[in-house]
Amino acid sequence: MTGTDDQEVKLTCRHVWKVYGPEADRFFTAGNGDVADTAGLVDTINQSGHIGAACDVSFDVHIGEIFVIMGLSGSGKSTIVRCLSRLVEPTAGEVILDGEDLLQVSRDKLIDIRRHKMGMVFQNFGLLPHLSVLENVAFPLQIQGISKEERRARAMEMIDLVGLSGRETSYPRQLSGGQQQRVGIARSLCVEPELWFLDEPFSALDPLIRRQMQDEFLRLQQLLHKTIVFITHDFLEALRLADRIAIMKDGRIVQIGTPAEVVMQPADDYVSEFTQDVPRVKVITAGDIATSDVPQTDDVVDEHATLEEIMPRFAGGADVIAVKSGEGAIVGSITAQKVLSALADSHATGDAA
Amino acid sequence: MSAAARETGALMSVRRISPKLLVWMVFGVLAILCLVLRDDAKWLVKYPKDWILPIEAGLEYLMDWFTAYFKPIFRLLSDALEWPMKGIQFVLQTSPWPVTIAIVAIIAYAAKGWRLALFCIASLFYMVVVGYWDESMSTLALVCMSVPLSIMIGLVMGLLGFQFRWARRVIEPTLDVMQTVPTFAYLIPILILFGIGPVVGMVASAIYASPPMVRNLMLGLQRVPDNVIESGQMSGCNGFQLLFMVRIPAAMHTIMIGVNQTIMAALAMVIIAAIIGGFADIGWEVLSTMRKAQTGQSLLAGLVIVLIAMMMDRISRGFAERSGEIHVHRSGNYFARHPMLVSMATAIVAGSLLAWAVPVFNAYPDAWIIYPAEGLNTAVSWFTRNFFDTTDAIKTYTLYFFMLPMKAGLERIARPTSWGFEMTALASVIYWMILIAIGSLAARLGGWRAVVAVALLGILFYYGASGTPWPVFIAAVTLIAFQVGGWKVALFSFLGMLFMLVSGAWPRAMLSFYLTATSVIICFVAGGALGIWAAQNDRVSAVLRPINDTLQTMPLFVFLIPVVMVFLVGDFSALLAIIMYAIVPAIRYTEHGIRHVDPVAIEAARMMGCTERQILWKVKLPLAIPEIMVGLNQVVMFALAMLVIAALVGTKGLGQWVYDSLTNARFGQGVIAGGSMALMAMIADRIIQAWAASKKRDLGLST
Repeated sequence: MTGTDDQEVKLTCRHVWKVYGPEADRFFTAGNGDVADTAGLVDTINQSGHIGAACDVSFDVHIGEIFVIMGLSGSGKSTIVRCLSRLVEPTAGEVILDGEDLLQVSRDKLIDIRRHKMGMVFQNFGLLPHLSVLENVAFPLQIQGISKEERRARAMEMIDLVGLSGRETSYPRQLSGGQQQRVGIARSLCVEPELWFLDEPFSALDPLIRRQMQDEFLRLQQLLHKTIVFITHDFLEALRLADRIAIMKDGRIVQIGTPAEVVMQPADDYVSEFTQDVPRVKVITAGDIATSDVPQTDDVVDEHATLEEIMPRFAGGADVIAVKSGEGAIVGSITAQKVLSALADSHATGDAA
Repeated sequence: MSAAARETGALMSVRRISPKLLVWMVFGVLAILCLVLRDDAKWLVKYPKDWILPIEAGLEYLMDWFTAYFKPIFRLLSDALEWPMKGIQFVLQTSPWPVTIAIVAIIAYAAKGWRLALFCIASLFYMVVVGYWDESMSTLALVCMSVPLSIMIGLVMGLLGFQFRWARRVIEPTLDVMQTVPTFAYLIPILILFGIGPVVGMVASAIYASPPMVRNLMLGLQRVPDNVIESGQMSGCNGFQLLFMVRIPAAMHTIMIGVNQTIMAALAMVIIAAIIGGFADIGWEVLSTMRKAQTGQSLLAGLVIVLIAMMMDRISRGFAERSGEIHVHRSGNYFARHPMLVSMATAIVAGSLLAWAVPVFNAYPDAWIIYPAEGLNTAVSWFTRNFFDTTDAIKTYTLYFFMLPMKAGLERIARPTSWGFEMTALASVIYWMILIAIGSLAARLGGWRAVVAVALLGILFYYGASGTPWPVFIAAVTLIAFQVGGWKVALFSFLGMLFMLVSGAWPRAMLSFYLTATSVIICFVAGGALGIWAAQNDRVSAVLRPINDTLQTMPLFVFLIPVVMVFLVGDFSALLAIIMYAIVPAIRYTEHGIRHVDPVAIEAARMMGCTERQILWKVKLPLAIPEIMVGLNQVVMFALAMLVIAALVGTKGLGQWVYDSLTNARFGQGVIAGGSMALMAMIADRIIQAWAASKKRDLGLST
């Protein structure tokens, strides 16, 4: 297990609902959205001509974690990320950031939180067409009234970070999609936010560029250790980037878990549809299948190593391999048998679906 | 056949007649009844004078009351506005002409480059040489005052409308009305409140020209992509910052297009306001020479208007196009960073020095003026004399075979001298037989709706706009409105026509209807054909585009000059002027509609083996219909706008009534006449829009 459970919670989304329609409020007498019969209420909402875009969504995001919300279009993932920043006002529920309910804070306080604690990257980049790269990146600082020299210096730093040095004076329309999204990323990081929202940031890009940007994103996260909520409709992208994944369907969360958990134990048929074609050897890690006994062997792998990386060692004749944690301590062991049964098991689950 | 089967058979045949058609059948019976009875019951055709409500008197009374209390305020405002305007006028008229030309050229260069700068220099120089410099500068002064006023009104209203829903609910219908009220009608209340003088023209054009600014501002702000706004919000913008640092800059291009339209509208209104007189501007020059039938003079002055319009349009459009452009950051000292300001200052200093040293550059000497009016007059009269037979034939044929039947009805127009036969009982039977033949053909091609259309047009052509009983006309329009757009549109149309009826505007409204309908039909057919041609042929399109652009930027007045020159005053000249102006949207929208049909549909048709002709008729045209409908709507609006101006060349109808109320300062009559025209425009607009929308839905082009 990658084990984020023990880390401190940064952001909590608790029983959040977003209902569109003329009388959306009438479904919730108490504001906290904690209802006894969620499924029943969803039916009532949908039958009354309202649309439940997000229904009873709850999750925690831990400090330094990449939390991916994955769902197809219309599943409510974009609504939820907007509820977290109150770009969309939730109909009911609580969004708790650092112990404070965001939905209760004043307009001014909210603006202040957005200015200092949050950054967001948008699917179609959301760059201001009339500003140059430098001005776009510095825009959040300009809004805060920071002096021209300082914001220039900070913006240049960010532009350098995303590898766009030399393009400061260009305008958005002169850049490629990948470059534009780099500007979007630099802008969202410029205020050094603690919380980083990415709403399908790479969906508008070509597959090759997308791959590059994903690597770039992981590199940045190793450098910056932000708390991240990442939205995507691409299951493989979710597996690649996530510490934990929440899968949404029709406004509700179907399953939350690490990539291996989702792949090995899909919560229902809907999730296993996604997992069927996933190459499991690339997802399941040593840590996921390790037993806790400490073996007598010099063969050691990192708990984050995928089965794909481990299998050649067994093929080379190893019987048992020790698994070490990120800190270097031996935490358990795996055998060839274990690896085989993990792959066989998950296949069995996949075929049953 | 069993009883049950016979019963279902009977049911089937009943079901085949749609309820909509049934209503038209009832209408047909009533129409025939009205037409048969009209000789006995005269009120069916001629709405009795006793039934007219005293709306006009009531309006006069209201205005009297209003002026009694508020006139001093408006007079004060008038004085306050007059001073800055006099100032601008003074500056423009006294500054040496080379300075003015140089400054305009620099602005033009900044907007669009050398070619436009050269064009502006040549145009302004023409005004100097012909001797219309002072008049041109008066017009320019009026525009310079009214445009900033318009833009200010537009900004305030647009922002209000954007921010508050209640404001939008008031502003949008107001804009609709403002853009359909005929131009002259604006002048009447302003004239009464502000008194005769140039301020009237200025205020009128400031008000008249503000709607495009309001509309474009609201549209531009609404069209800013969501993610741009969200990115602004997430950057921590407060409401003020979001509006001024994100929304407005992102919408700048649309807003600048609004500024361009506002400038053109302001110029158009300034020219029209010349009719009040008293300001020695170029519009007055055109009008007075036209009244005196001094063709050459009015051509020379008209050209000045055309040139001013073209300069203003190109310059403001140049800036609008640049507003979305990337601006290169200039480096260096103050002079290098502000080349425009520096070159303007240089122009002012150098020009003033030059003017002081050489008097010719201060005031262009009268002796050097080249004014070829007499030469033009000779040329024109030579042309009219030599081509009289041709022009007269065109005029007579159109009048006798198309316009007059539409106006007074075939039954009264057909004479042996024109049509070659008397409208005997036999002849009318033959007419109806022909119509039935056409109708049955239409039934084959387009179903019962086509038959109804043929029948209505047939009735109109036979009895004429002024001979058709008003209950029949009102019922027909209301029915069309109902079946096309539902009861709301129908109710609006009905009440609108009722207003024209009870206010006593009906006979004049019918005259206006005839002229509008005639020109719209011609525009639609000819413009549609040109549009199709342009859509299929790039070279035709390239030739038509600049012509269309120029026609659209012309102030309406200008259209009258060549028409009157050749065809003299009368309905035919008015018709031609309207067509010249209103044909443009028919061409444009048809071309645009056809060119923008989904290429996949065309490819699919081509793969099925359609010929080019089949693709045009079976695929492109049906899919382009909603767009063509929008064009038709525009044609109607343009035609009505021109109709009022055409009153100057002696048409009868609402336009002439508006003009008459302006010259006699009769407020009530002006409101009724102007209101009736606006209602006509709005009824047409609602019906056509609803029709286009339902077509669009049927084609799945909108949700």
